[in-house]
Amino acid sequence: MQDYQTQQATVLEILDAHRTMPGSLLPILHGIQDTLGYIPPAAVADIASSLNLSQAEVHGVISFYHYFRDTPPGKHTVRICRAESCQSMNSTALENHAKQVLGIDYHETTADQAFSLEPVYCLGNCACSPSITIDDQVFGRVTPDKFDSLLAKFKGA
Amino acid sequence: MTRLFISRDSTALSLGAEQVANAFAQHTADRGQSVQIVRNGSRGLFWLEPLVEVETPNGRIAYGPVQEEDVASLLEAGLLEGKSHPLYLGNIEELPYFKNQNRLTFARVGITDPVSLEDYLVNDGYKGLKNALALQPAEIVKHVTDSGLRGRGGAAFPTGIKWNTVLNATGDQKYIVCNADEGDSGTFSDRMIMEGDPFVLIEGMTIAGIAVGATQGYIYLRVEYPHAKIALNQAIEAAYKNGYLGENIQGSGKTFHLEVRSGAGAYVCGEETSLLESLEGKRGLVRFKPPLPAIVGLFGKPTIVNNVISLASVPIILDKGGEYYKNYGMGRSRGTLPLQLAGNIKHPGLFEAAFGMTLRELLYDYGGGSASGRPIRAVQVGGPLGAYMPESQFDTPLDYEAFAAIGAVLGHGGLVVHDDTTNLADMARYAMEFCVEESCGKCTPCRIGSTRGVEVIDRIVANVDKAKNTELLRDLCDTMLCGSLCAMGGMTPYPVLSALNHFPEDFGLHPAKA
Repeated sequence: MQDYQTQQATVLEILDAHRTMPGSLLPILHGIQDTLGYIPPAAVADIASSLNLSQAEVHGVISFYHYFRDTPPGKHTVRICRAESCQSMNSTALENHAKQVLGIDYHETTADQAFSLEPVYCLGNCACSPSITIDDQVFGRVTPDKFDSLLAKFKGA
Repeated sequence: MTRLFISRDSTALSLGAEQVANAFAQHTADRGQSVQIVRNGSRGLFWLEPLVEVETPNGRIAYGPVQEEDVASLLEAGLLEGKSHPLYLGNIEELPYFKNQNRLTFARVGITDPVSLEDYLVNDGYKGLKNALALQPAEIVKHVTDSGLRGRGGAAFPTGIKWNTVLNATGDQKYIVCNADEGDSGTFSDRMIMEGDPFVLIEGMTIAGIAVGATQGYIYLRVEYPHAKIALNQAIEAAYKNGYLGENIQGSGKTFHLEVRSGAGAYVCGEETSLLESLEGKRGLVRFKPPLPAIVGLFGKPTIVNNVISLASVPIILDKGGEYYKNYGMGRSRGTLPLQLAGNIKHPGLFEAAFGMTLRELLYDYGGGSASGRPIRAVQVGGPLGAYMPESQFDTPLDYEAFAAIGAVLGHGGLVVHDDTTNLADMARYAMEFCVEESCGKCTPCRIGSTRGVEVIDRIVANVDKAKNTELLRDLCDTMLCGSLCAMGGMTPYPVLSALNHFPEDFGLHPAKA
């Protein structure tokens, strides 16, 4: 894990850029996660003092939202839709396959740091279920075979 | 120059539209053919995506579904002249699935370049705003009231009444908030509007701002929609540059500013008060009502919170008048609803129709039955908090009141189709599990009830004190229904009880004893 000292300048810069924005906490957290890949727990004190909030309040916001994470992700993040439409097209089999192939459960990262696996509830791609995303790309009608070939492609990338 | 249309819609992209567009660019360049590739929205015929349309003297001729490897043979066969090929579909607008729709809100989606203001203007864009700028605020609100438009987000509250409350509220600042946290499984109409015609949403919000005296708008967009965010921001930038947003809009002296804010993966933030908390930078905890957000809303100021489709329906109402819009529909459900066919269905997609069609027509005449070819057993309408409807209810007309009368909800118009391999006790358990995952935690019936609900369903299925636990599940559902602060806990019983009532055999119960 990176030392917060090397990340602090980035965090302070993001805080400074949002100084006058109303309701700025979520945009700040997005800014930090977009840049660093996660929200370092050590950043909470800086965020809290900048916004005049308690550290508990900031931590409460980070932990409330599924999207925010406080540990570094793998090189690629795989999200599998668990919602009803995907279930109707057998996403449960796809989930089991993915966990087995990657050797991890949800909210975990492979030992080689290549992939993190997260559940997601609806990608709005319900017309072509089951759906997954890898980083910012969405894929529809994903069979276990298609999943394997996508993994192979991203593993090299 | 020949124009080709290849979608930039997420679903088209998820099936390879980007690669197809790149292949067309490459192959036509190699052949020295001069083409312009327009990245449009999607017509919503998703089983045909990636769809490629070519502009010809006989209209737009479509081919699909097209994969990268089909491109060479399509060009060889004369796609640029609209000639025949195994993937040839003919004039897209003549296909029954498209032709038989009433496209009011989605009039431009799939047709125009979503981020071209010029394209928007030549296709009747900003006509509603032009009319609105010539009216008094109360007259604008009256058009919306007369149209009979009800919130398309799920609760179906009359939009005109909400606007009137904000118009009459006093405050030094008012806000327009667009709820773009479309989290229901089986729904994608908001996404399609934002990716396929973002200007119509921007125009609707601007009209709302002028109608009630709000100078700032926010679009609260779920983080799962990155392509929508790109399209919205491109369109907002173009609107600012050309005097359709900002100070002194089109020389009217009116001001309206607009910004996109990202959510962070919380389903409950689709509830209007928790959405406001989230926009303020807090955990998305549901607020007690009253006070209504129309009176004490964002940052404590009077606020309109409307769904994407509600706001996107406003420009045509102001363009053609409230009466025009009202002429579509039935009973107290006026206008059109963009229905979304998803799950196990042969022809999934978006179908905009006037209220009043039956579920059966939609599922079989247009949806073509299940994708698996097996019998359709249940359809969940209105998202994860909607009821599972059995075949015996498929003749229900799509109308808010008709659905309410049988304990179902039309909600946001999403239909998730399940064939006979789906176990409804599993789906009931999932509904409770989803509530555990997504409850904001503020009220006990939702927070604790959902956890207990999973356990009780597990006991019923495991055949432990079956009769007693079935009674307990009904009792628990009643408590959640009556005692929850918002629809998250208050409607989770809909899928659970409908599964129990219509499919008791899946719980190991005798039909008569359920």
